[in-house]
Amino acid sequence: MRPYSPRERGLRLADVAIRLDGRTLIEIDRLIAPGDVLTVMGPSGSGKSTLFALIAGFLDPAFASEGRVFLDGEAIDEKRPERRSVGLLFQDALLFPHMSVGANLLFALKRDARGQAARRERAGAMLARVGLEGLFDRDPATLSGGQAARVALARTLLAEPRALLLDEPFSRLDAPLRTAMRELVFGLVRERAIPALLVTHDREDAEAAGGPLVELVPRRS
Amino acid sequence: MSPAPTGLRSVPWIVSSLLAAPVAVGLAGVILPAFGYLPALGGEAFTLDPFRDLAVQSGLLGSSLLSLATGLITTLVSVMAVALFLAAYAGSRPVRIARRALGPLLAIPHAAAAFGLAFLIAPSGLLVRLAAGPLGLERPPDLLIVGDPFGLAMMAGLIAKEVPFLLLVAFAAMPQADPERRTMLARSLGYGRMAAFLFTVWPAVYRQIRLPVLAVVAFASSVVDVALILGPSVPPTLAVRLLEWMGDPDLSKRFLASAGALLQLAVTAAALIVWIWLERAGGAIRERLANHGRRLSRDGALRAGASLPVVLAGLSLVLGLFMLVLWSFSGFWSFPDPLPPSLSLSTWTRALPRVEDPLVTTALVAALSGLIALGAVILMLETHRQATPRMAGSRPVLPALIAGLLYLPLIVPQIAFVFGLQILVVASGAEPSLWLLVAVHLVFVAPYVALALVGPWFALEPRYEVVAASLGHGRLDALLRVRVPLLLAPILTSFAIGFAVSVGQYLPTVLIGAGRLTTITTEAVALASGGNRRVIGVYALLQTIIPALVFLVASLLPGLAFRSRRGMEGA
Repeated sequence: MRPYSPRERGLRLADVAIRLDGRTLIEIDRLIAPGDVLTVMGPSGSGKSTLFALIAGFLDPAFASEGRVFLDGEAIDEKRPERRSVGLLFQDALLFPHMSVGANLLFALKRDARGQAARRERAGAMLARVGLEGLFDRDPATLSGGQAARVALARTLLAEPRALLLDEPFSRLDAPLRTAMRELVFGLVRERAIPALLVTHDREDAEAAGGPLVELVPRRS
Repeated sequence: MSPAPTGLRSVPWIVSSLLAAPVAVGLAGVILPAFGYLPALGGEAFTLDPFRDLAVQSGLLGSSLLSLATGLITTLVSVMAVALFLAAYAGSRPVRIARRALGPLLAIPHAAAAFGLAFLIAPSGLLVRLAAGPLGLERPPDLLIVGDPFGLAMMAGLIAKEVPFLLLVAFAAMPQADPERRTMLARSLGYGRMAAFLFTVWPAVYRQIRLPVLAVVAFASSVVDVALILGPSVPPTLAVRLLEWMGDPDLSKRFLASAGALLQLAVTAAALIVWIWLERAGGAIRERLANHGRRLSRDGALRAGASLPVVLAGLSLVLGLFMLVLWSFSGFWSFPDPLPPSLSLSTWTRALPRVEDPLVTTALVAALSGLIALGAVILMLETHRQATPRMAGSRPVLPALIAGLLYLPLIVPQIAFVFGLQILVVASGAEPSLWLLVAVHLVFVAPYVALALVGPWFALEPRYEVVAASLGHGRLDALLRVRVPLLLAPILTSFAIGFAVSVGQYLPTVLIGAGRLTTITTEAVALASGGNRRVIGVYALLQTIIPALVFLVASLLPGLAFRSRRGMEGA
């Protein structure tokens, strides 16, 4: 295992390997610095989503994993998913359909923002930041695909994640929307200095992310 | 890598074992007295005398065969009715109509459905009254239609209730069988519409509804309330005779009843074995037909008739209910008037003060057993789900052994083990109490609640909770604020089903309530022999209205709670 500094910033995947029935799906050893985006590319079945699940804390016990995951110098791989401070964005917005847009955001906002008015203001400000001012009381089912994706982004960021995992978050959007959403996401990642890992099979995503690229090749043992 | 919640793993086992334990305990409670051992009643030594007593009861073979045939014929007709209906109409309007009508029909308790059918088909019932004019009948014909020696009326009553139940479980199983694409593929190969469904979709549906089907076999072969209302009396079914012995003031009859309970167990086991053999035979025939490549594409005539059994079952329930309403409000109503010449409230005003206590007991026991069952089932499903995290795409399933334990009380005949429980309660000197009644109802309510909730519970998009966790919310928080609200509609529906199951329980209430705790159901069935149709109408209607109200609230509440959330429609 590589030496690491407890004061190191960013998301470190230290000699991480994921195996299934003795077959190695992924081997990766990387540091993602704050504000950087590491892109992982590969065809379906190459294990991209297992890497995602491992970091977020949802790896199916059928998979065997090695190595460690450090976030800002702290090992997070033994922690419960809700204590990892790792934000997720999927290709579906997955807004909770039983809550309004605003309730979705308030659900994400940390407890340290106290008082109804203060909480609402914080959530409203984030909504404005993603360009959706005034949609606080809307029903998520009435949003367009692009709007829903932006609300999902705002929701993820309101929880103040210290790392971000992006699972093909642009693949469901039309081409013009996709460009705008990429700019918004990567801009916010840089602005807030969050290390991000992007899983995709779209080369344009990787180019827009501008960071290093890891290509996965499905291997046979 | 994330902390494995190993403690969770044992919870489903504990819950399902607790729910199945009364079956084992109850069976022990009949096995010992069946062999003469019951110190509380003076049986100190093991002996085969109870079985010798049993063997010399007249007409025992007839009663046993009647029970066996009722179990098999009821199930065979019900399953075939459902299969034909779905084969003919899957994906089209009649199926959508049936889906809508299902909830209210399920709320009708067995006893009320049986009374309704009796009012329709009896010699002085609606059908004969309608025919009386053209045929010139002055008096009801002297025919033994209700209570016929072959139990045909009883089987008809059971089929009318089991068809909606099997339709419900079949509807729940359909999506996993991928019906649209499979039938499209088979039809493109030249198969007729019904053949396409029966060859490619039905086997997958049947595999999933097999447990409920076996429960129907067990139930119909040992049912008491429907048999008391519609069944023959010389000889009655085995279960009815058992109930007579169990309630006999001569306590030594309990030994005979225990031996009889074991005979009932054997009869139901035989029915299940024959059914499993029938399943194999049916599968082999289907396979042969398919292997021979018979396209069966000219199915127009069959298709037209395929809805008949389901329509008849639905009609008999609806018309039966209508007859209950008519009788309960009728004044003097003589044969052959098809409608009562005058209506009055007098039956209701006389009956209502008398049923207050049974009504309160009914609602209380149903609400408590439904709520406790819901809690236990959610605990079991959620701990199982959390202990076995899966990748998106593959759904968790309950291990076969847990499912077996959970549904055991539906496969073992009620009368066999609830009687054993009653003997143990009596032997232990406990008094019949509300909580005891709740506990016994729970044994039968929980499997139905689980049956209704397991599908939606495991089908919910798992990434909602992944998102909740990534936003810093723990498991309990995610359960209460994401999963439960998203599943509010199926949760309330399964509670309503549990509530209705409890309201409909006759035998456990009679045996454990021991006459001191009565519900509207035990009161209604007790009226069967008296034959006062007006009073029966009131009681059977009350028995239907209570669960129907709960179904109504359960179906309206999610819409009200999420009235401004389009994404929750149809959830």
